[in-house]
Amino acid sequence: MSDNVTAHSVVEPSSLTKRIAGILVVLYAIITMVPLGWIVLTGFKSPPDSISYPPKIVFDPTLEGYCNLFTTRSRQTAEYLASLPPPSGTCESIARARNLVVVSESKFVPRFWNSVVIAFGSTALAVFLGTLSAYGFSRFRVPLKDDLLFFILSTRMMPPIAVAIPIYLMYRELGLQDTKLGMILLYTAVNVSLAVWLLKGFIDEIPREYEEAAMIDGYSRLQAFRKVVLPQAVTGIAATAIFCLIFAWNEYAFAVLLTSGEAQTAPPFIPIIIGEGGQDWPAVAAGTTLFLVPIVIFTVLLRKHLLRGITFGAVRK
Amino acid sequence: MASVEFVRISKRFKDVEAVADLSLTIADGEFVVLLGPTGAGKTTTLRLAAGLERADVGSIRIGGVDRTSADPALRDVAFVFQQYSLYPHLSVYDNLAFPLRSPLCRMAEDAIRARVTEIARLLHIDDKLQSPATRLSGGQMQRVAIGRALVRRPSAYLMDEPLSSLDAKLRADLRLELVRIQQELGATILYVTHDQIEAMTMADRIGVMEAGRLVQVGTPRDIYENPSTIHVATRLGHPVVNLIPRGLIPDLPAPPRAVLIGARTEHLRLSKAGGSAQASNLVGSLSWIEHLGDQNHLHLKVGDMELVTLADPESGLSVGDRVSVALARPLFFDDAGQRITV
Repeated sequence: MSDNVTAHSVVEPSSLTKRIAGILVVLYAIITMVPLGWIVLTGFKSPPDSISYPPKIVFDPTLEGYCNLFTTRSRQTAEYLASLPPPSGTCESIARARNLVVVSESKFVPRFWNSVVIAFGSTALAVFLGTLSAYGFSRFRVPLKDDLLFFILSTRMMPPIAVAIPIYLMYRELGLQDTKLGMILLYTAVNVSLAVWLLKGFIDEIPREYEEAAMIDGYSRLQAFRKVVLPQAVTGIAATAIFCLIFAWNEYAFAVLLTSGEAQTAPPFIPIIIGEGGQDWPAVAAGTTLFLVPIVIFTVLLRKHLLRGITFGAVRK
Repeated sequence: MASVEFVRISKRFKDVEAVADLSLTIADGEFVVLLGPTGAGKTTTLRLAAGLERADVGSIRIGGVDRTSADPALRDVAFVFQQYSLYPHLSVYDNLAFPLRSPLCRMAEDAIRARVTEIARLLHIDDKLQSPATRLSGGQMQRVAIGRALVRRPSAYLMDEPLSSLDAKLRADLRLELVRIQQELGATILYVTHDQIEAMTMADRIGVMEAGRLVQVGTPRDIYENPSTIHVATRLGHPVVNLIPRGLIPDLPAPPRAVLIGARTEHLRLSKAGGSAQASNLVGSLSWIEHLGDQNHLHLKVGDMELVTLADPESGLSVGDRVSVALARPLFFDDAGQRITV
């Protein structure tokens, strides 16, 4: 450690500590990236390559996994295949090589779309409700405030699976089973507690003088909230939205139990893609790869807010 | 502009009595300063007037209309906060235009621009209009905050220590500026401060507050010369008024209940102690001289007590001299700290 002391009397790390820290971060990144990299690679392998032992690192890349993900195929006799016109499109040619024909599109796209609607819908709803109630908890004298906040938090204390059966029965009674609306409501209910707690912290940090000034300047409380508080809470709202979205996007247990057809999301759908003679690993890997894309885009778009959001409150101006 | 009246206002926060039975009328066009230490209830009084707090008891009238429970927006007052008052996500221009764009105001953008430019020029921030509010220095921020109050023509201006975060030079400049603006506009201003110089120089009348109560109201001269309690006497004047136990000067004619005698620094008459000293004089030795340039503060030791007084630099006194002190215009206080007038 060097003796460089800044104005905040935080000891500046020496170049050696910085280097060690850098190496550790890179190592950790590599360790977490390896499974992801393996999944992306597997998506481009042929089914035999994907399960070969020892595992193949060098292989002939093929789009078969992606074709199998998006289509259903059926096996045909050689005579029938010979009678067909020449294959049109990549997937058709890949299928023909294995004595198959493409029959129809698979359910992947609608399942993926279900995931998008349910995850983004519930995130928007949770953040909206969370912002309003966090503002209320932060600014008003709410009777039993602390108890209510604890109650809200306590909904996250048990694993979701513990309440899955009661919710399943309730949903069957209400006709919400296997509906997008049902899943949006469920994920919203789970996320709202997180949203309220995170956002209350952010809103607590915004001095109330701003709203008071606005209210004296001729604005109602709601207008002051919209014009003054909201623009300053954007960082917190963005950070909260990412956390909510990640939960709703990845949620598996409820999705397996409560959705089977119409409203099924991608997480329960992807692992059970069956190919010729068992699990179709390249298709599963391809589905997983595509499944990662929206969350990566969303996080990259909001990354500035996310970084500021996570360190928010740690540094006072 | 309009008058502001507090009629027997009380406000409690849990077990703290922030404002107790306060009555005060600020006349149309009057500049009233509430002076008192931290926690005396000055800011609460201001917030009650603005509608940011609701009074437990009593009523508030603005322009003759009862506004005790009206929303802040409907009271037609402007407020300058001590700090934190600029909207950080807006530019200086948008900050100044914010009150004019309120749903209650509905001014045309042209008129807004004219008004904002005028006020910005008045406060010398017209070159900063396009800067983000967060890029300003403390003094500029506070001028924008004052400007945001001035762009409107409200019934009254409420100001909560608007100058306290500024450096001495800027504070002196803005003090004069505020008085000039107030006179130009004929504005009704209720101004809170703990700075006696601000109170003395700007106020038409000063209200001295202590522990939620309004102890004395009067013109700055009146408050200074005729304080009603020891507390008021010590609030004003620098160096602080000297408090001498009655027992030290038994020969001074004083009311029977007087236990403490107050003597302002400028009311101590010094002379070199000699044979001709009167019996009512204090005799002490000069222990220390503070040279401030334009004046000297003399520290005298009289028995166990230290007195501070002013002397012009040519007084010819030096440390160690025996001096005799005569009291001109002594103030008498009883054992409860109340002034006894003779």
